[in-house]
Amino acid sequence: MSVDTRVTFAGVEFKNPVVTASGTFGFGREYSKYYSLSELGGVCTKGLTVRARLGNPPPRMAETPMGMLNSVGLQNPGVDEFIKTELPFMRGFDTRVIANIAGETIEEYAELAEKLSGAGVDMIEVNVSCPNVKAGGMQFGVTASSVAAVTRETRRRSRVPIMLKLSPNVTDIAETARAAEGEGADAISLMNTLLGMRIDIKTRRPLLANNTGGLSGAAVFPVAVRMVWQARGAVKLPILGMGGISTGEDAVEMLLAGASLVGVGTASFSRPGAALSVRDGIAAYMREYGVGSVSELTGKVEIF
Amino acid sequence: MTAARSVFVVTDIRPLRRGIFSVTFDAPELAVSAEPGQFVHIKCGRSRPLRRPFGISDASGDKLTVVFEVRGEGTKWLAASEPGRRVDINGPLGHGFSSVVGDILIAGGGLGAAPMLFAARRARGRAVAVLGFRGAASAILTEEFESACENIFVTTDDGSLGLRGTASLPLGELLKTGRYSAVLACGPRAMLRAVAELSERAGVRCEVSLEERMGCGVGACLVCACRTKKDGADKMSRVCFDGPVFDSREVVW
Repeated sequence: MSVDTRVTFAGVEFKNPVVTASGTFGFGREYSKYYSLSELGGVCTKGLTVRARLGNPPPRMAETPMGMLNSVGLQNPGVDEFIKTELPFMRGFDTRVIANIAGETIEEYAELAEKLSGAGVDMIEVNVSCPNVKAGGMQFGVTASSVAAVTRETRRRSRVPIMLKLSPNVTDIAETARAAEGEGADAISLMNTLLGMRIDIKTRRPLLANNTGGLSGAAVFPVAVRMVWQARGAVKLPILGMGGISTGEDAVEMLLAGASLVGVGTASFSRPGAALSVRDGIAAYMREYGVGSVSELTGKVEIF
Repeated sequence: MTAARSVFVVTDIRPLRRGIFSVTFDAPELAVSAEPGQFVHIKCGRSRPLRRPFGISDASGDKLTVVFEVRGEGTKWLAASEPGRRVDINGPLGHGFSSVVGDILIAGGGLGAAPMLFAARRARGRAVAVLGFRGAASAILTEEFESACENIFVTTDDGSLGLRGTASLPLGELLKTGRYSAVLACGPRAMLRAVAELSERAGVRCEVSLEERMGCGVGACLVCACRTKKDGADKMSRVCFDGPVFDSREVVW
């Protein structure tokens, strides 16, 4: 049977529900050597800031059981350089471009949203959940009032749909999801990485120069499924679900939990073609179970 | 675009020293384009989420060889390989040495000697190698270097093999001759820094192969950062993609 993998998400049509997760895919150049980015539903950029950032000192990565910690710290060339050299490259593919933004102040978030929406991105992902920077990042994502404030200003200044990327490092994900919805967010994405730490017992030093970092990979998948399900119960906004997805089966699980789109991140590191195998795995599931349109899966978990 | 094939068969595996192995794959697609200084990214079994990077120590004909030390679960898995095992390899990756032509000096420290053998072989007998090891028990590939190079000098920290001391000793003397157009080096960071300083003082181009914990291996994830400078401005380069080989003058030690 033929299956329809198209998804309309916050008014934007995606050819399939698979998006590469911010920070795991650069601006697509590296992985475009393995497959055409036009195969993807969308590409989410590395987090962009007003000025170029060097990021944190190395070591920035520690492997963990079925996952990894990273503390990159938003290394990026700055929004202007992105618009000049990276966006035209991304626009050369038939895929949706989602710009991920991170400000140190609410005004910076608003400025980034305004600039990028004017430069021709399809959507903006507002990163209020980066665990690896001192100013901004997660600081804006852990209270409902700051999520509300960032949402309000970015929504006001953006001409394209905005999506708040929520932090899992909160007591109640429903609260921050509602705060985003209340101020007019068009969508939410979750989850960012879980704050973690590893220590070398020989040297008694942390494995990351930043001491702590964000945990991603298969290890966090059940947490992400739970959070997407909880957020789905709290808000009507469409959800981009991510966190540890590495197979088509994982993606279907995330869709059933309440996601409309799925993000593939860390899985690409071990298998450069991971996002495409996730896409193909979703279609295979649809054929096997007679699902005509991928949207029919969203939120269809039958809760006990 | 997509690599034609990513699974390659082990044809030979042998221990070089206690805990150090040389493994060879039948991998014509990789061998044909491999350059000295590049690496391959190997999926070491299913239990570890990330691939492991290995410097290429030789590539000729259909065969590609890497030398590695058992350091954890991933390398333990690889060390348990037998001929016939199928292994998922991505590569060759990164930027290697810019040139191995002419009279060059090759410096290898410890396990860092292994990828330099590939450079030595490509230099077609015109390279002189300086190899530094902790002691005789950890010296590797010295016979291979002897047959590939015009001359080799071995140093050990304890004097149990070759000269007592570090690779800097013979390297400094060789640089004084003014005969060499470049120094290519791989080894511990302290050694690379010393080699870079000696070369810069002698006015000889020096390229160093750096190491950092890697994620994707292709330049996308930005975890294997190293601070570099170019035209006066500092930046964070990617060891996996901009490197692993860098012009020593660009490295911020």
